Amino acid sequence: MRRIGIWIAVGGLLLSTAACGGGDAGTGGDGGAPAAQTLSVGFVAEPANLDFTSTEGVAIPQALLVNVYEGLVKLDQNGEIVPLLAEKWEVSDDRKSYTFTLRKNVTFSSGAPFTADDVVFSLERLKTDWKLKIAAQLDVIDTVEKTDDSTVVVTLERPSNGFLYTLATRLGAMFSRTGVSDLANKPVGTGPYVLGSWRRGDSIELKPNPTYWGTKPSASSVTLKYFKDATAMNNALLTGGIDVISNVQAPESLQQFADPNRFQTIEGTTNGEVVLSMNNGRPPFDDKKVRQAVRHAIDHQALLDTAWAGRGQLIGSMVPPTDPWYEDRTGDYPYDPAKAKELLGGKTYDVKMRIPNLPYAVNSAQVVKSQLAQVGINAEIEPLEFPARWLDAVFTQADYDLSIISHVEPRDMNIFADESYYFRYDNPEFGELLAAADEGTEEEQTELRKQAAKLLSDDAAADFLFLMPNLMVAKKGITGLPKNAISESFDFTGLAKQ
Amino acid sequence: MTLYLLKRLAVLLASTAVAAVVVFAFMALLPGDPAEIALGVNATPEAVAELRRQFGTDRAPVAQFLDWAGGLLQGDFGTSYVTTAPVGPQIADRLGVTAVLVLGGMILALVIAVPLGTFAAVHHRNLLGAAISAVSQVGIAIPAFLAGILLVFVFAVQAQALPSGGYVPISENPAEWLRSLLLPWSSLGLVQGAVLTRYVRSAVLDVMREDYLRTARAKGRGSTGALWRHGLRNASIPVVTVLGLQLATLLVGAVVVERVFVVPGLGDLLLNGVAQRDLLLVQGVVMVLVAAVLLINFVVDVAYHLLDPRLR
Repeated sequence: MRRIGIWIAVGGLLLSTAACGGGDAGTGGDGGAPAAQTLSVGFVAEPANLDFTSTEGVAIPQALLVNVYEGLVKLDQNGEIVPLLAEKWEVSDDRKSYTFTLRKNVTFSSGAPFTADDVVFSLERLKTDWKLKIAAQLDVIDTVEKTDDSTVVVTLERPSNGFLYTLATRLGAMFSRTGVSDLANKPVGTGPYVLGSWRRGDSIELKPNPTYWGTKPSASSVTLKYFKDATAMNNALLTGGIDVISNVQAPESLQQFADPNRFQTIEGTTNGEVVLSMNNGRPPFDDKKVRQAVRHAIDHQALLDTAWAGRGQLIGSMVPPTDPWYEDRTGDYPYDPAKAKELLGGKTYDVKMRIPNLPYAVNSAQVVKSQLAQVGINAEIEPLEFPARWLDAVFTQADYDLSIISHVEPRDMNIFADESYYFRYDNPEFGELLAAADEGTEEEQTELRKQAAKLLSDDAAADFLFLMPNLMVAKKGITGLPKNAISESFDFTGLAKQ
Repeated sequence: MTLYLLKRLAVLLASTAVAAVVVFAFMALLPGDPAEIALGVNATPEAVAELRRQFGTDRAPVAQFLDWAGGLLQGDFGTSYVTTAPVGPQIADRLGVTAVLVLGGMILALVIAVPLGTFAAVHHRNLLGAAISAVSQVGIAIPAFLAGILLVFVFAVQAQALPSGGYVPISENPAEWLRSLLLPWSSLGLVQGAVLTRYVRSAVLDVMREDYLRTARAKGRGSTGALWRHGLRNASIPVVTVLGLQLATLLVGAVVVERVFVVPGLGDLLLNGVAQRDLLLVQGVVMVLVAAVLLINFVVDVAYHLLDPRLR
């Protein structure tokens, strides 16, 4: 009898555990009345702090730009520049002077009014307070002057097509003159959301800004929940812990969400070119023929199918299809192992492929390795911890032969123009094309940038494996998700639950 | 006893001091520069140098160590470069979560192990005792994270009864707090419980063969009474040792379970800190973990003395 007693006790413990949870099962999934919409979205990378003027990392602008901080302009889902804090702007005939008319009755979340003085303040901070190299992208600004409280004139040193576009990135974020004392923890912006709470290591909650000038968000709370583990994020969506997976880390896991009565899968594009970088600065890849051989040796469609479940797009150069100067360059180096061998002249090479320990890089590296082996290039894969080790060894010291990384910055072809960048690509003609493109008219810009992309491809400065897809999974009934991830922010302004 | 306590305390303090030096030295060996990582792919060399100066990582290692150790003595863990927040409160926050996780797991392990282990020992000759022994063997073979993944699959994904992960502070919602911890506790507790069952069983078996227990039975106590009155205290000595070791392992090993269940504990903080080369934070967390392990050993040693009069 005693024996049975213990088993009953154990069984009872298990049962009560299950029952205790079971009772709540009905409400766990869809808690919250329709009036108070609380939504939570799963992300991979959590911001280290909230100051994108001094700390790198996509996670900060992803959470804050457009949502908490606004610029004079923003990028819409088609990649077009549209007004935000500026109602309109006029460009002078010499295209060196921009007159912005500011929206009136805009206040910061601190209550301070947004005026021309804040615009001058924010744009001047780029030179004085920003610590990141990207701030140099707006070095073209010569002066910023306030004409009256709602008019600002920005004068450029030379005409620049990139200027307005750059204003739509984090560099154009408008700060309050009285709100920059603790950017790392207390962001003060004009956006539709304010920072609600930040549970470090877990989540950031955004709350609607009660004094927002525009259409107020319909969600009463948006929580950005951070998962280091892809499976944990998938499980959270399966069990109702979150409403959206913002970026699927393992496309092969999508079948779990195949039921259309429960989930929707959204696939759009990004700016993330997955680049097979080749060190142009040392043998063997200082030899153009060897680089060209690599490009011929890789079967890109097979690689995409194997490494990323066929999701994504083949590109062929450093331009995503959402940029105006996109051309299909995938035909430049068709898969042709015989040609590759011919270019190598029968020689074989042993090279180091030092990749970041990220899923797409690890998956792609296996395919690249086996395809290169067939033409006589033996690549030894060495995964490095990302970001620390990879940044140090590959990016800073350029101690590598091959690497694989997704370059996510928008319109970032210009990184090839810097010969000290880790590609060590050095072709002055390329830089000249880009400089001319920036100064020319819009039509000239498009034409010249097409030429630059072609040059990059012809020179085989790198190989462009594929364009990272923007893969999201959401519960059925979630609307207003930004399909394409082509700006730096994850725009929550239209997010709603039906 | 007082002398023993004082001696043991001196050893504890000395080991902690040595640990501080070792922890600091290891951080210096970690490749990667915090300033470089904070600025990422967009850094200028000047900005990196400036940030190093602000962080204080451009100073001589000895100066950095003295600064840090001096702060520790006053209970100040420094201010993180990366988050710009003081390290101490962050660690305290996370330590609270991990402590609840580990202690809960440990209590569950004890609740399972002591009755089951004793039962298996008393009945080691019959089928049920052997069955418990076999099942606990299986438990030992399963790592806690695997148990966690299986539990999530069964109770969260299939049954939709419990959350698959996440953590709700008790101050926010006690019921949700309990629900969010049930699976993590179970995955730690079941596995550790299995390990502990084995130890309890063999400790009780050993004690049952002792002469004094036979004598107690000869004097008229029933076998259960004899075991209860004379056996369990003696059997608990090796179990306390194992318990101390397990507690230390759990504290450090909770990293993996925290990751599976997305629990923002100390392990999660440590992993983040390492990824971002937030050296002060990593140093602080490792120091706290080392100190905790030393403290557990201290408590176990003292517990011996209380349990075993021969050592006094």
